[in-house]
Amino acid sequence: MEYAIVFVTLAVIFGLYMTWGVGANDVANAMGTSVGSGAITVRRAILIAAVFEFTGAVVAGGHVTGTIRQGIIDASAVPSPEVLVWGMLASLLAAGVWLMVASYFGWPVSTTHTIVGSLIGFGVVGVGLDAVDWGQVTGIVASWIVSPMLGATIAFGLTLSVRRLILDAESPLEAAKRWGPVYIFMMGVLIVLITLFKGLSHLNIELTAVETAGIALSVGLLIGLAGRALIRRIKVDPVAEKDFHYAGVERVFAPLCVFTACSMAFAHGSNDVANGIGPLAAVVSIVSTGQVTQSSDLPLWILVLGGAGIVLGLSTMGYRVMKTIGTKITELTPSRGFCAEIAAATTVVIASRLGLPVSTTHIIVGAVLGVGLARGIAAIDLRVVAGIVTSWLVTLPIGATLAAFFFFFFKGVFG
Amino acid sequence: MKTTNPLAALLARSPFGPIQQHMRVVESCVLELPPLFEALRRHDIGAVLEHKDEIFRLEHEADELKNGIRSRLPVTLLMPVGRRDLLDLLSTQDAIAGSAQDVASLLAIGKLRVPAAMDAQIMPFVNRIVDAVTKCRTAVDALDELIETGFRGREADNVLTIVAEVDAIESETDTLGMELVRTLVDQEADVGVLPIVFWYQLIRSLGNVADEAENVGDRLRLLLAR
Repeated sequence: MEYAIVFVTLAVIFGLYMTWGVGANDVANAMGTSVGSGAITVRRAILIAAVFEFTGAVVAGGHVTGTIRQGIIDASAVPSPEVLVWGMLASLLAAGVWLMVASYFGWPVSTTHTIVGSLIGFGVVGVGLDAVDWGQVTGIVASWIVSPMLGATIAFGLTLSVRRLILDAESPLEAAKRWGPVYIFMMGVLIVLITLFKGLSHLNIELTAVETAGIALSVGLLIGLAGRALIRRIKVDPVAEKDFHYAGVERVFAPLCVFTACSMAFAHGSNDVANGIGPLAAVVSIVSTGQVTQSSDLPLWILVLGGAGIVLGLSTMGYRVMKTIGTKITELTPSRGFCAEIAAATTVVIASRLGLPVSTTHIIVGAVLGVGLARGIAAIDLRVVAGIVTSWLVTLPIGATLAAFFFFFFKGVFG
Repeated sequence: MKTTNPLAALLARSPFGPIQQHMRVVESCVLELPPLFEALRRHDIGAVLEHKDEIFRLEHEADELKNGIRSRLPVTLLMPVGRRDLLDLLSTQDAIAGSAQDVASLLAIGKLRVPAAMDAQIMPFVNRIVDAVTKCRTAVDALDELIETGFRGREADNVLTIVAEVDAIESETDTLGMELVRTLVDQEADVGVLPIVFWYQLIRSLGNVADEAENVGDRLRLLLAR
C-alpha cells in the first residue's frame, strides 16, 4: 500500500495521544474514590494505576479493542482498504480533537462515546449507512444506559450488606475485620473468573474450566489473606472514636480500598485502552495485509503500546489531576468508596469481557449514585447526571461530524 | 487543560457537618444563660450586659451559619433524608438561639432584680434548660454516625434514646417553670405588678428554649421515621 509507513506512524501517534489522554484524565476518575476517601495516597494510586492499568490493557484489553477495530464498521461494505485506513485515522483525530476541546472547557465528555461517535460518523458519511453495523451499535448504546444502572444496583446491594453485616453488628470493628477480607475475596474471584473465561487466547494461553476456577480461587484467596493480614493490626484510636463512632471501622476499610483500587485500575485498563488502540490495530492490520476483511489476531505490541500510553499519561499529568480530585472528593468514606469501586470494577470487567466499550467514569458515577440511593452519602448533586446525559447527546453528533470532516481531509491528501 | 471531573461535581458538600456546627453555636449561645442569671442575682449590671451582648453575637453567628447552609442546599441534591426535613431541623435549632435572645433582651432593660423568694429556684430552672439543649446537641452530634448507618439500626436507636431524654428534661423544666410562676404570684405584694409581668414573660421565654430543644428532638425523630 502506498504511504503505508505514513499511515502507521500517524495511527501510532494518534493512538498514543488518545491513550495518553485516558491516562492523564480518566484514570483519576476511576481511582478518585480511593484517593478521595483518603484510603490511599496519590503516589500509591499512581503506582497501582501504572501496574494494573497496564496489566488490564494487555491481559483483558483485547475484546473491546476488537469491537472498536472491526465491530462498528462493517468492513465488507467499505470499498477499498485505503478508505478504511483514512476513516480510522479520521476517527482517532476527531476523538482526540473533541476531547481536547471538551477538556479545555471542562465538559464531562467520555472518551468511549467520542471514539464510537467518530467511527459512526466516518461510516455514515465516508462510506454510507450500510457501512455501520447498526445492530452492534445499538447494543453498545444500550450498554451505556445499562452499565451505570448495573453499577448502581450492585453498589446499592453492597452498601446494604455492609450495613447489615458490619455497621449494625454488635461490634462493628470486629465485624469489619471478619467480613472485609470476604468481600475482597469474592471480588477477586469474580473479576479473575470473568477475565479468564475463554479470554486469554491472544496471549496463547488456553485454560480449562477447572484451571480457570482454580486460578480465580487462588487469586481471591491470596488477596483475601493479604487483606486480612493488613487489617489485623489496626487499633482503635480512642480520641477519633469518641468523635465519630465508626472511625475504627473506616480505618479497616482503608487498606481494603487498596485492593478495590487495583481492580478498578485493571478494569479501566481492560476497557478504555481500546479507545486509542482499536483504530490503530485496524490500520496496522489493513496496512500489513492489504485487505479489509482480514480478521487477524491483535498483535500484542499494540496492547503493550496502549498500556504504555496510559502509564505515560499518568506520569506526565495524571498525578496533578488525581491530586485535584482527591481534595474534592472528601465526603466519601472508605467504606463507601469500597462499595462503589467493587461495583464499578465488576461492571466494567463484565462489559470488557463482552467486548462492550463502556464509559468507566459513568459507571463510577452510577455506582456512587447507588451508594447514595442506599442512603449512604450525605449529599449527591444530581445536576451531574443531567450534565452527563447532555454530553452524550452532544458528543455523538460532534464526534461524527468531526470524523467525517477529517475523513474527507485525508481522502483529499492521500486519495 | 482543565480537569473535567464528574465525580468531584457529583459529591456535593455535606450539609450535615455545618448543621452540627450550627447546633454547637446554638448551644454555646444557651450556655451564656446561667452566667447571665448569676450576674443578675449579684445585680452586676455590667456583667449582665456583657453576657447579653455575647448571646446576641452568638445568635447572629448561628443565623449566618443557617443562611449559609440554606443557600448551599439546592433542590437537585440527593440526600439520605428529605431536604425539607433538614431545613426544618435547621430552623428549629435556630429557634433555640432565638428564644435565648428573647430572654437576654428582656434582661437588657437592666431594671429587673431577682425577687428574694425566687432566688433559690431560678438557677436550677435555668440549668435544667441548658441541660435540655446540651442533650439535644449530643443527638445532633450523632448525625454523622446516622449517615454511616443509613439512618437505621443501632445508631438510630441511640439517637431516639437521647431524644426521649430531651423530652423528659423538657417536662421537668415545665414543672420548674410553673413552680416559679406560683412563687412569683404568691409574692405579688412584695414584687409589684410590673416586675411580675416581666418575670412571667421571662419564665415563658426560658421555657421556650427547652420547648425548641424538644422540637429539635421531634425533627430528628422525623428523620429516622422512614
